[in-house]
Amino acid sequence: MVNLSTTLCGIALDNPVIPASGTFGYGYEFAELYDINCLGTFSFKGTTREPRFGNPTPRIAEASAGMLNAVGLQNPGVDAVIREELPKLKAVFHKPVIANVSGFSVEEYAQVCAKLDREEQVGWLEVNISCPNVHGGGMSFGTDPAAAAEVVRAVKAVTTKPVLVKLSPNVTDIVAIARACEAAGADGLSLINTLMAMRIDLKTRRPVLANVTGGLSGPALFPLALRMVWQVSRAVKIPVVGLGGVSSAEDVLEMLLAGACAVQVGAANLRDPYACKRILDALPAALDRYGFDTIQDCIGGAHHG
Amino acid sequence: MKQGLFTILENAPLTGRVSLLRLEGDSSGITAPGQFADVQLPGLFLRRPFSVCDWEEGSLTLLYEAVGKGTELLRTLPAGTELDLLTGLGNGFTLEDSGDAPLLIGGGTGVSPLYGLAKAFLERGLRPRVILGFRRREEMVFWERFAALGLPPTVTTEDGSFGIRGFVTAAMALPHSSVYACGPEAMLRAVAKTSDKPGQLSFDRRMGCGFGACMGCTIATTQGPKRVCKDGPVFRKEEILW
Repeated sequence: MVNLSTTLCGIALDNPVIPASGTFGYGYEFAELYDINCLGTFSFKGTTREPRFGNPTPRIAEASAGMLNAVGLQNPGVDAVIREELPKLKAVFHKPVIANVSGFSVEEYAQVCAKLDREEQVGWLEVNISCPNVHGGGMSFGTDPAAAAEVVRAVKAVTTKPVLVKLSPNVTDIVAIARACEAAGADGLSLINTLMAMRIDLKTRRPVLANVTGGLSGPALFPLALRMVWQVSRAVKIPVVGLGGVSSAEDVLEMLLAGACAVQVGAANLRDPYACKRILDALPAALDRYGFDTIQDCIGGAHHG
Repeated sequence: MKQGLFTILENAPLTGRVSLLRLEGDSSGITAPGQFADVQLPGLFLRRPFSVCDWEEGSLTLLYEAVGKGTELLRTLPAGTELDLLTGLGNGFTLEDSGDAPLLIGGGTGVSPLYGLAKAFLERGLRPRVILGFRRREEMVFWERFAALGLPPTVTTEDGSFGIRGFVTAAMALPHSSVYACGPEAMLRAVAKTSDKPGQLSFDRRMGCGFGACMGCTIATTQGPKRVCKDGPVFRKEEILW
């Protein structure tokens, strides 16, 4: 039996496979299909202070080797998440979970994180400063090093749990944002969020998405995400979680070799509800085929020599 | 929900744009008429959702209109092609509180789930009335199959080329205890307004996953935002915030 264990900000993970926020709900849809306790952990749906309906529909569009979404952070708000969703999550998942948090002001990020900090099952806070589908929040914090640092400092002041910052690829220099987050006290980084994109319907001559633009995800994004994981993990000392188009055990190995200590899987879950389980089941053989004894042997391997 | 591989038995055009797709495979995931299947197509990332028209042990039937890249590709696939399907998705129609005179109303390819629903009513000893609406005579599908069930439908066409001229609402004066409808959203809204009886409406949305994970297909209801794929696609007409 190959040892798949890894560590994320001091918390042990049985394996590096983590469903990404917004593609796995609160876990229970997937728990109807398989025991999701096989996963390293998962990041639950992005949470804001107030309930949010999200954007008008259509919110989804097809792309070559991927998809666009413009959901717009639909969620019932942090109080309802704690009251209604986390008990249901706890019934099907028994490991520490990643709480994904979004906001429209520095104060909102801190308030939501302070509430989730009190939840025992929350192992990490993942601060999303990279949602491209809302206005006046989300990504506007993730495209400016000073604003990103301000959010990180405010969140770190209200929690003792490790804080991951989820970074946007919609920037000129992702390394500058990553360094600013590290300097402000971030415990880890997850990258990348979706790439801002659009489609036009030739029949109506109008944008397909009601929001006009949406976030591109899926395999089309993988090489771009890998490049950014490579660049960021060379530049910071804190752990990096790699995501963006990961769809196979081989993709996981590439992300680990680029420097990620764990990997999130997003759009693949929507195409195939068993995607994470299939990737996990294929991981031991893939490690063996490429001559790795453990996940640890793999992490950052491409930077050496 | 169940994932499985299905083989195309028949993929036959019924009209210029609408085709009937019969698939062989494990249909045991389907528990109610009005549920849908999410079909993975070669070379496309997102699955495409289609209401289940009819099913029996070992096979199921879908009806689809070629409206875009996915459905146009689907039309080209020959018998024998293997497809990955998620089945048993969504809630489906509830038959219990139909009263003794349910009225089934389908518009265009929206007639699809009403066929399975009509059969389910017949099994319960109820004979629903059926209204099918189309744009024109050339686009009429399935009316003869409802007739073969012993439920000759009232047909409306927008251009008057067959049956009653106008929309389905032009034929809704029939006495009924409940309505069950599937079709374009404007039709569902008109049906909901025209009938003062309880109604169940099946909605169509662009979907990401089809099983409740992505929040791509949200609809506004009196109970807050709901997922068309998981909480629907069938909603009671009173709960929709139009």
